[in-house]
Amino acid sequence: MSFFKKSADMLGDKLNEKLAQDLDESAVLNDEALAFSFAEFHPEAAERGGYSNYSYWRATLRAFFRNKTAVFFLCLMAVTLLFTFVQPLLPGQKDPLEVHYGEWGLPLNNVPPNGEFWFGTNSIGQDLWSRIWAGTRTSLFIGFSVAVVEAVLGILAGVLWGYVRKLDFFFTELYNVLDNIPQTLLLILISYIMRPGVSTIIFALSLTGWLGMARFIRNQIIIIRDRDYNLASRCLGVPTRRVIFRNLLPYLVSVITMRMALAIPGAIGSEVFVTYIGIGLPVSIPSLGNLIQTGRSLMQMAVLRYQLIFPVAVLAVITISFYIIGNSFADAADPKNHVN
Amino acid sequence: MAKYILKRVLRASVTLFIIITILFSLLRLMPIEGYFDNFDKVSSTEIQVKLNSLGLNDPLPKQLGRFYNQLLHGDLGTSNIYRRGVSINTIIAEKIPISVKFGLISFALSLVMGLALGIWMAYSTRTRFKIGDRLGTVLIVVVQAVPAAVYHIVIQFVGSQYAGIPMLFDEARPISYLLPILSLSIGNTAYYAMWLRRYMVDEANKDYVLLARAKGVPSGAISRRHIFRNAMVPLVQYIPGSILSTLMGSLYVESLYSIPGMGGLLVTAIKRQDNTLVQALVLIYAVVSILGLLFGDIMMAVVDPRISLAKKEGSR
Repeated sequence: MSFFKKSADMLGDKLNEKLAQDLDESAVLNDEALAFSFAEFHPEAAERGGYSNYSYWRATLRAFFRNKTAVFFLCLMAVTLLFTFVQPLLPGQKDPLEVHYGEWGLPLNNVPPNGEFWFGTNSIGQDLWSRIWAGTRTSLFIGFSVAVVEAVLGILAGVLWGYVRKLDFFFTELYNVLDNIPQTLLLILISYIMRPGVSTIIFALSLTGWLGMARFIRNQIIIIRDRDYNLASRCLGVPTRRVIFRNLLPYLVSVITMRMALAIPGAIGSEVFVTYIGIGLPVSIPSLGNLIQTGRSLMQMAVLRYQLIFPVAVLAVITISFYIIGNSFADAADPKNHVN
Repeated sequence: MAKYILKRVLRASVTLFIIITILFSLLRLMPIEGYFDNFDKVSSTEIQVKLNSLGLNDPLPKQLGRFYNQLLHGDLGTSNIYRRGVSINTIIAEKIPISVKFGLISFALSLVMGLALGIWMAYSTRTRFKIGDRLGTVLIVVVQAVPAAVYHIVIQFVGSQYAGIPMLFDEARPISYLLPILSLSIGNTAYYAMWLRRYMVDEANKDYVLLARAKGVPSGAISRRHIFRNAMVPLVQYIPGSILSTLMGSLYVESLYSIPGMGGLLVTAIKRQDNTLVQALVLIYAVVSILGLLFGDIMMAVVDPRISLAKKEGSR
């Protein structure tokens, strides 16, 4: 190696001498040549080839941030999420379960929004402002848990389904049966059988939620499984696990993220639904579902409408943000949209 | 074609059998209070006697066998709490017509509105300000993102408080049909509009459209005869799913507007913990949804002959 390097250096020196000579001669000939100068020859520079400065994630982020609507909702969601978790730590916040009493010892129920109770109080005198944020935390917890379970189970099943040919028949039949059970029905049934609670809802939604993800991953893996680079890895003796984690899954990260983002509003909505049927969360655990349910029963009275409007507004902001961010991210992650 | 349909029907019956078995086994876990209309007052011996007489203490396979035997005779059991001692067949026969009526009207409405909106959106992508496309997109995003349970409430709220339409369903007043039908159809409307717009925009960029234009076919005829027709083919695939979502939506909408139909009945049965009624209704809903998917597949095969000719799904 060093021999080649030395000879390249010598060649370089010789070339540079020759160039310098040529330059001296031509400089005398005309002034125009002064506008140009010969580049010096560097062996390292000569070795450098052309390269693309394309980076998948940078291009994805650039495409995402070019979408102004998506950025707006990203900021909105970031602020909402941050506030949801910071709110109990702020000074002057009330306990979501505490019943407030006036000076005569009577509960301060159905107080319209004012300086003391920013969103008013509910029918037994609890502070609606802190109940809404506590409820948002519960609902988001349900949403995130379902999304995570869905992703883990879905990726696991999808990879096995797509990659291991022997399991294809088993998983396809399993999918055909389970996919025919309406999710709403299963949710109702599980909530009816088990005790109402956060874990029941998460369990019921996770039971069939992973099917869509698994099927999607399976289809993608079948498409890319036998591409040349994977064949090459396999021929070189790369273990299957490494092929899956390094060759296959990075290709799917964007889609997995999108499906997770869309699973969250779905789970929040399902909680609202089971609470309406009467087999959701008890009132002692504030959630957007039971806040909306309480508000709905009061909407006939114009003065009490705030109890419906506030939770619905918070829920709408959260679900719409997740939906738009999920979809815009999916668009941005598609390499077809990276060319300007 | 006939062979494909036959195969598909056979598959569906096997699936149906498996799902009914799974659901029936799950339903054995229902809280036992739901078999009594006076659970708090009866002694534990009486409970055991009743459970024995209902056959609930038998091993699961025996219960399953008896259940299928009853099912083949068209017997769904009797209600315990909701209407004590009345055959569930009778109850359901009263409720089905109104659910079917609402389902069909809102399905037809969503098809008409969804296609119209989709066409308008696709058309307006080629105009200067794309107003139709923008408005439609806002509607689609809101309907898709906000949970159905919430926008049903919002529709009821706005319709009853500001538009002066009655909040609850009343058979004698035709105007009270408006809100429930709107609620039931808006989800599918957005869904059809979204996909029709996408397929029409895709089709409009294809070469055969360019050729037609070069030949001098008027643009209206291109849209009607070529783009729209081709865009409709993949849309057929979504029809069974939308029937299903109308069905599930009716669970919520019917009880929201107190419509005396099947969906409202399931919600009431759950609230009152009437186990036999819950069981019968859950199984009926499962059957209807599987039939919906089956008809969807058959319709796809009718519209697109390539499907039944394809040898095997999931080729590699």
